[in-house]
Amino acid sequence: MQAMNYAFGGLGSVPFPPDVQEHLAGLDARTDDGGARHAEARDSALSLSSISLSFGGVVALTDIDISVRKGEIRAIIGPNGAGKSSLINVISGVYRPDRGHVRIGKNRYQQVPTQKLARLGIARTFQNLALFKGLSVLDNVVAGRAYTVRSTFLGQIAGLGRARREEADARDRAGRILDFLHLGHVSGRLAGTLPYGLQKRVELARALVAEPDILLLDEPMAGMTATEKNEMAGFVRAARDQYGTTVVLIEHDIGVVMGLSDRIAVLDYGRKIADGTPEEIRADQRVIDAYLGVASENEDGEGI
Amino acid sequence: MSVLTADLPVSRSLPGWAGTAALLAVAYVAVPIFGTSYLFEAILLPFLALSLAGLGLNILTGYAGQVSLGSAAFMAVGAFAAFNFNLRVESLPLIASIALAGFAAAAIGLVFGLPSLRLKGFYLAVSTLAAQFFVQWALTKFSWFSNDSASGVIDAPPLSIAGVAFEGPVGRYLFSLTVVTVLTFLAYRLVISQTGRNFIAVRDNETAARIIGVPVLKTKLLAFAISSFIIGVAGVLWAFAYLRTVEPAGFNLDRSFQILFIVIIGGLASIRGAFFGAALIVVFPLVLSRLGSFLLGDIFDSGVLDMSQRIVLGTLIILFLILEPDGLVALWDRVRKRIGTGLRRS
Repeated sequence: MQAMNYAFGGLGSVPFPPDVQEHLAGLDARTDDGGARHAEARDSALSLSSISLSFGGVVALTDIDISVRKGEIRAIIGPNGAGKSSLINVISGVYRPDRGHVRIGKNRYQQVPTQKLARLGIARTFQNLALFKGLSVLDNVVAGRAYTVRSTFLGQIAGLGRARREEADARDRAGRILDFLHLGHVSGRLAGTLPYGLQKRVELARALVAEPDILLLDEPMAGMTATEKNEMAGFVRAARDQYGTTVVLIEHDIGVVMGLSDRIAVLDYGRKIADGTPEEIRADQRVIDAYLGVASENEDGEGI
Repeated sequence: MSVLTADLPVSRSLPGWAGTAALLAVAYVAVPIFGTSYLFEAILLPFLALSLAGLGLNILTGYAGQVSLGSAAFMAVGAFAAFNFNLRVESLPLIASIALAGFAAAAIGLVFGLPSLRLKGFYLAVSTLAAQFFVQWALTKFSWFSNDSASGVIDAPPLSIAGVAFEGPVGRYLFSLTVVTVLTFLAYRLVISQTGRNFIAVRDNETAARIIGVPVLKTKLLAFAISSFIIGVAGVLWAFAYLRTVEPAGFNLDRSFQILFIVIIGGLASIRGAFFGAALIVVFPLVLSRLGSFLLGDIFDSGVLDMSQRIVLGTLIILFLILEPDGLVALWDRVRKRIGTGLRRS
């Protein structure tokens, strides 16, 4: 079946109109395990279908299919350069995939419209911090409500009813999120002056305050100490439990992910090599090979 | 961090508006009583006009992060638009002419802000130079703008609002002061609003801003429009209240740079910064010329003065960029804090 995918993939997306491609994808699914996948389609929050992405001659992603159920914590792991961040950037519309599409709720996109992302119910954090350094922590989080603002700048200058209500509402929500993530004591400080671990948490707060249906976390624990990682994992789980948010989590550290996620997809060299529950992933020989490296794999040129 | 919070009550022993109110009281009451005509003509009038221009540019460059070298062009648009509205539209109140001039500058600013949707930083700065050269060329080339005056230099109409004439240095000073106060207050309201936050978000991280739902393109154009509006009104004050003539030559590239220096020296992304910077830019040449002629006597003629001004100003800018990138405002705050802690200890 994998071979079939490649065969059609090799032809490019042009010969098949989207509905035919979808049908083909459907055929694949049925030969797989029909019942489960159908149930999944109904409560799927996000799905990627045969996403391929390359930069010039460098192939970043090849034929990635990943589906995310509502309310689950879905991890995507892989060694450095496996294409994890590229995948997040495809989901958030920063990159346009060469082939394949992203389905968010009921809508299907070739390229996800980044400026509408927040309104589609998706919020994300960045691998390298992307806070607004010149704003206070509170203002950073309040800015996360930007997509809800309807008042004009004139109304805001004059302090008219709608502008004032929006501002009060945003501050109120931001305050609650800051308390939730134990950031209340730094809310007045400039975001750029905080230590790294706290900045990561402020980014999570800014994403959460938008009350997203889907939260994309790009290496939220990168560069943290073990204590900070556990803390962060606790916050991610608490966010899911409290707000019912679906979480897509990119992580490098396999240990943290095992305890946190409901399902895990493993990428290596831009391909998905495994997908399943933490137990399945732990037992998967290909995952072990990818992480520990196997000498014999290189002999037939696999994965190079 | 605990140190930071502990320091706050000291500097906030008075409410924030008290300082502003005291300053306004001095500006409106004490200065007109005790000020000399020289103080108004040579210092306060150019200071007010340049402060307002600096404030306008600071909204664009300091808050929204879009570099512009076309400020003088927008001042010129404001000055000439006000002149023409006043001249050609019968019985239009002066205040309406000024407002319309602001809108005219905003419209031109919007057009020359379009490249910002694609260009960043240095490249954008160069593209705003186009505004500078185009506007100056258009105003010189088409004599309609200056009402076919032979010299291209035209007298500004007298300032009067609702029958009250603002004559003489004090009158023009009070007029300028009122315009600057009102616009500064509105600008302050703007930068603490959602829109002001969007400006900073676009400046600090455009991708992140787009992803959290900030309308990036709209925000950039809005910054250009609002900034140009304020700079346009500053142009009106410059021409009508300070120089009392309107001519394209006064709004050249040097002026654009001067306004940029005001913003850099005063402090980016700070309302007060524009005033600090303008004060330095206006007062510094006068101090230098007094000091120069006192120390060096006759050798220090106008040629030497002009040259030494440029040298010292250039050095100052380099020093500020290296030692105090946040400008005079940051310096001021630090000094005040140090005095505050010193007082508390003693």
